[in-house]
This record gives sequence, structure tokens and C-alpha cells, in this order.
Amino acid sequence: MASATPRAALLVLADGRFPAGGHAHSGGAEAAVGAGRITGASTLEDFCRGRLHTTGQVSSALAAAAALGADPVLLDEAADARTPSPALRSAARRLGRQLMRAARGTWPSAELDALAGRFPKGAHQPVVLGLTARAAGLGPADAAYCAAYESVSGPATATVRLLGLDPFDATRVLARLAPELDRVADRAVEAARRVADEGSDALPAASAPLLETDAEAHATWPVRLFAS
Amino acid sequence: MHLDHAHGGPGAVSADARRPDGTRRALRIGLGGPVGSGKTATVAALCRALRDEVSLAVVTNDIYTREDAEFLLREAVLPPERITAVETGACPHTAIRDDISANLEAVEDLEDEVGPLDLVLVESGGDNLTATFSRGLVDAQIFVIDVAGGDDIPRKGGPGVTTADLLVVNKTDLAPYVGSDLGRMAADAEAQRAPLPVVFQSLRSEEGVAGVAGWVRERLAAWTA
Amino acid sequence: MDGVNTAGVRAVARIRARSDGRGGTCLPVLESDGPLALRRSRGSGAEARVVLVGAMSGPLGGDRFAVRTEVEEGARLRVGSAAATLALPGQNKGGARYDVRITVADGAELHWLPEQLISARGSELRVTTRVDLAARARLVLREEQVLGRAGEHPGTLAGRLTVRIAGRVVLDQELACGPGAPGGWDGPAVLAGHRAVGQLVVVRPEFADAPVGPRRLGDGAAVLPLAGPAVLVTAVAPDALRLRRLLDEGLSSLG
Repeated sequence: MASATPRAALLVLADGRFPAGGHAHSGGAEAAVGAGRITGASTLEDFCRGRLHTTGQVSSALAAAAALGADPVLLDEAADARTPSPALRSAARRLGRQLMRAARGTWPSAELDALAGRFPKGAHQPVVLGLTARAAGLGPADAAYCAAYESVSGPATATVRLLGLDPFDATRVLARLAPELDRVADRAVEAARRVADEGSDALPAASAPLLETDAEAHATWPVRLFAS
Repeated sequence: MHLDHAHGGPGAVSADARRPDGTRRALRIGLGGPVGSGKTATVAALCRALRDEVSLAVVTNDIYTREDAEFLLREAVLPPERITAVETGACPHTAIRDDISANLEAVEDLEDEVGPLDLVLVESGGDNLTATFSRGLVDAQIFVIDVAGGDDIPRKGGPGVTTADLLVVNKTDLAPYVGSDLGRMAADAEAQRAPLPVVFQSLRSEEGVAGVAGWVRERLAAWTA
Repeated sequence: MDGVNTAGVRAVARIRARSDGRGGTCLPVLESDGPLALRRSRGSGAEARVVLVGAMSGPLGGDRFAVRTEVEEGARLRVGSAAATLALPGQNKGGARYDVRITVADGAELHWLPEQLISARGSELRVTTRVDLAARARLVLREEQVLGRAGEHPGTLAGRLTVRIAGRVVLDQELACGPGAPGGWDGPAVLAGHRAVGQLVVVRPEFADAPVGPRRLGDGAAVLPLAGPAVLVTAVAPDALRLRRLLDEGLSSLG
């Protein structure tokens, strides 16, 4: 008999070593480092805070909505509309496809199989993440936390590699953002619960113009460490 | 080898020997080894040696460029649609061992787009002596070192040297110039690896890649048997 | 006006553009309301032109402005404004709202090109723009936000722009800036200290068959093909003038 509030699966899903392809993506940090916008721990923190409240908030709500059982096709369309950069849409689908593979290998589920069949080249990663949480017996808050945390942990880890930033500084940035992560995840779940009645318009759509434009620039770099 | 795994759905898991349509997938051979040991040159030579016999494709894993893929394209060893580059986020060993999803997708996309394929060569980004391929990604792996990297490498061992299905000691033509003792390398490799095979090669010699190509043909024969 | 409108001003202006059957466009509805004054100006060819003249004095705290525009089948309409719109603090508690609702029918075309929206210190404004397009409608829509008058800290400004084509949402973007916005809005991921930010949306049915590629327009600006027959030109810039130049360049690059 499964526990009423399974938690351990969350550790498996949120583990940075969960083999879903994230290690090759910097969450926009490589582009921002290249543009001179991230130069150290303090600008990394500003970057992460901005990403958390925009892309992170949107991803968190999409994941929570998928975990609640909202129509993933509708959510995927909502994700497209909230991601104007083609480079970022393509990165999100690649990551979604990679997560899908890891998820089906880890928590086999008919819903995951159906989504994989519907999007053979990948659905948006947060949508897959939400369905994965669902397949793992987790709830919308768990999915929301995973997505919100990923929106900042990726750039922080990448910046350690890109700038030789002290890893303790990078980790402290993440710890300082923790109270805001809590708020983002709460708002995400609240919005996701409204999707059933109001449709995907209930989802946040917070945008970050520089993440979008820098991603397009990054996609044209001939030499780069990260895929996005 | 991985023929009998039962898995949830089509394409769900890496090691399945069948593609979603039930046909046998291509044999996947990984080539790893330190930077500059001659992995890309070996891949290029293998393509030239095998391209008229089998349908093959290549996945490269560059560390921070597409240079290996571009070298292969420039050398025109295969049509461009048969060469794919995977980006590795500064961690080439992660992409071939700990988190193989991007490479699996590259392999499957090649099979979908140019297939059917008999053989896919997956070339690792140059890394250290501990970098080996996951068995979820490749069916067999070749570890390429060279004589100029020091003739003590076989003795020092490490997962690449000791466990690879084939060890290639490359650039034997340079041995006299760098003071490497080929006899000692062979004896050390034998001690570390027996009964796994070792090939000494110089791509500049007449024989070139023939030894490695012969080994690949044997693996192909076993795969399709 | 002092102390009278404790609840703020409510105003709804309406425009309806219709093909006149002779190759031109008429305006069967052109309703100004309070501070939202609409004027018809000289059009060109098949196109009718409307200028929004009154909004520059508001919106103030507590005000609720709305503009509703319908462009019927085959009609062509161009809407601009006489000057920039300035969001000011006002005496009423609570934020102001400015809601734009647009529908464009098949074979119709709308150019929605108002001047900038300037968020003055202490102001609090929420702007929403919702555009519903039929499958064969055409659109050029520009929104520009300037954060503070020269040398001034901005107020709190939140905007949401949603564009649907044949019922399917192709763009949904919110941007929140200023003291009341979530953290990081002025940081390296979002605006990085830029004081002007803008979006220009172009919808053309022919993009479905001949999609345009993404294009960079210098640091902080790009042409972004959306998932549908639409393109977003997005830009941040140090000031309104340079922002306009980037958006114009993006538009002209589409041919």
C-alpha cells in the first residue's frame, strides 16, 4: 500500500543526476555570461531571481497543471504561446523528449506513453515533468517545486562551470532564493487548480525579454559549452 | 545481448535491440579515449573502410564545438545527413555514461531519418581515462589511446583501458620519436585486459584501420546472426 | 475633478470598422468616452484611420479604461494615438486598468500602432491586450512601455498581451516591472537596466506556407517566429527612440 503522501519519489525526480538531459543546458546562463550580464555571484542571483519569477513561474504552473491531470496537449499549446523564441521552444521540446525517456524507464505509465505517442519529437519539458510527477504518485505541489527549482539550479550549476564561480557561492544563491521558490510554487499550484474551470488562460505568462533574445543569439554561436 | 528485455512501450528504453516497428536496430559501437588520441581520425578511416559494405552513421560528442562533426563532413567520409553532433554541456563523459538521453535520441533520429542502418559509431568527446560508455547507449566500445600519450598508460589501467571491448593503441609510427616502447605497451595491455583484444595501428601505414575494421565486421556478424 | 471621482474614472471607447462595399472601409461605430477620445483621420486607399487623442491625461489610480475594436470581414483599419499615454499615481487608492480588446475577421487587416505607454513614478497600472483573429486576418500590433520619465524611477506596470488565431493562442506574454513587480525584473534575465521595452506582433496568413526565420536585431532585440502564422519582434532598449528604431527594423525585415 502506497503512502498517502509519497515524498521519496520527489527526491528521485528532483535529483540533479536524474538522467533527463539537463546537464547539457545552462538555462540561458551561458548566453548571459557571454553578453556580460552574469559576472559573479551577485549577478547570478539577480539572473536566477528574474528567471524564477518569469520562465520558472510559468514552468512551475504548467507542471502543476499537468500533475493535476489537465489536458497535456492544451498545456503544450500554452507553453508554445509563452515561449516566443524558437530556440527556446526547441530546447524545451528536446528536454521534454529526454525527460520522457527517463520517466517511462523509471515510472511506466499509460499517460506518459500516450503523450510520447502524441509528441514523438517531444512535448514542452514542464508538461512532461508534471505528467512524470503524476506517474510517480506525486502531487501538483511536488511538480511545481521541481520545475521552479530547475529554473534556477540549471543556471547556477552552469555558471560554476562557465565562470569558475565558487560552488559554495552558487549554492548559497539557491538557498537564498528558497523563500521565493516557495511562493512561486504556491502561486503555480493555485493557478493550476483554476485551469480546469478557466482553461489555460489561468496559467501565468510572465516573460523575460532578454532570456528570449539572448537565446536566439546563443543558438548562432559557433562555439559553446551548452545546448541552450 | 540485450535481446529479451521487456519494456513499457515503444522506444522507452535504450538497450532494446528492436525498433518500435519491430525491425532490428543498428549495432552501436562507441569510441572513447583521451583528447588527441585519434578517435576522429579512426572514425573517418572506419567510415571509408566500411561505407560500401554496410549502411552506417556517426554521432559525435564534441566538448564545446562541432569540430569533430565538421571534420567528418569536410572529409566527406559520409553524406552529411549521416553525421550528427550532440552537445554535452562541458561534460562529455556525462553524455555517454551518466545521462545518455541526448545520444540515444541522436542515434534514433538517424535511424528514423536515414535508416535502415546496420551500424552507428558514437564518438565520445575527448576526455580522461575513466570515461566509458554506458551499456544502455552502445553494444560495444573501443578505447583509443596513442603512443605519444605515454607508454605507461596501459600499465596504469583505468576503466577505459581495462574494460573496453577493444583497445586501440594509435600512432605507432610515432613510437621511435616519442620514446614509447611498443613491446612494453603490448605486455602491459595484455596483463590488464586478457583475453580482451588490443590493436596497434598507424593510420599512415598501408594497413591503416584494417585491424579495427576487421573487429567491427566480426561484431556486426555476431549482431545480425 | 478634485476629490469627486473617488472610485476613479470608468471609460469604454468603441470602434467598429466595416468594408463599405466599394473597396473602402467605413466606421459604423466610433464612440469616445470621457478621457478616451477617438477621431477619424484621413485614411489612405481602402484603409480607415482612427487616432486616440485623450488618453494622455490618464490613467490615474483607480481609473478603468477600455478600448474595444472590431474589424469586420474585408475591412482595413489603422489605429494610432496622438501622443504617449502617461500612467500617473492619482489620488485614488488602488491601481488603474487599461484593457484593449480587439477582434479581426477573415480578410480584414488591423494596424494597431499607438504611441508609448510611460509609467511615471508612483503609478500603478495593469494593461491587458487581447486580440482574437480569424484564420485569414492580418495584424500589425505594437506595444511600447517606457519605465519612468527622463531620469525618473518607474511606477508599477504589469502588462499582458494575448493573441489568438482561429481560437488557438499563439502568444501570451506578461511583463511586470517596477517596485510592485516580482524580484529580478530589472536584472540580467529580464530587462538588465533597460528603460524601454516593446513588442510588435505581425500576423499574416502567408507565414503558414512561407515561415520567416528568427533574426537578431542587435543586443536585446530579435525577430521571433511564433508557433503559428505570426511573428513577434521583441526588444529592450535604453530609451523610447532606440526602441522604436529596433521595432521598425524588425517590421521592415519581414518585407
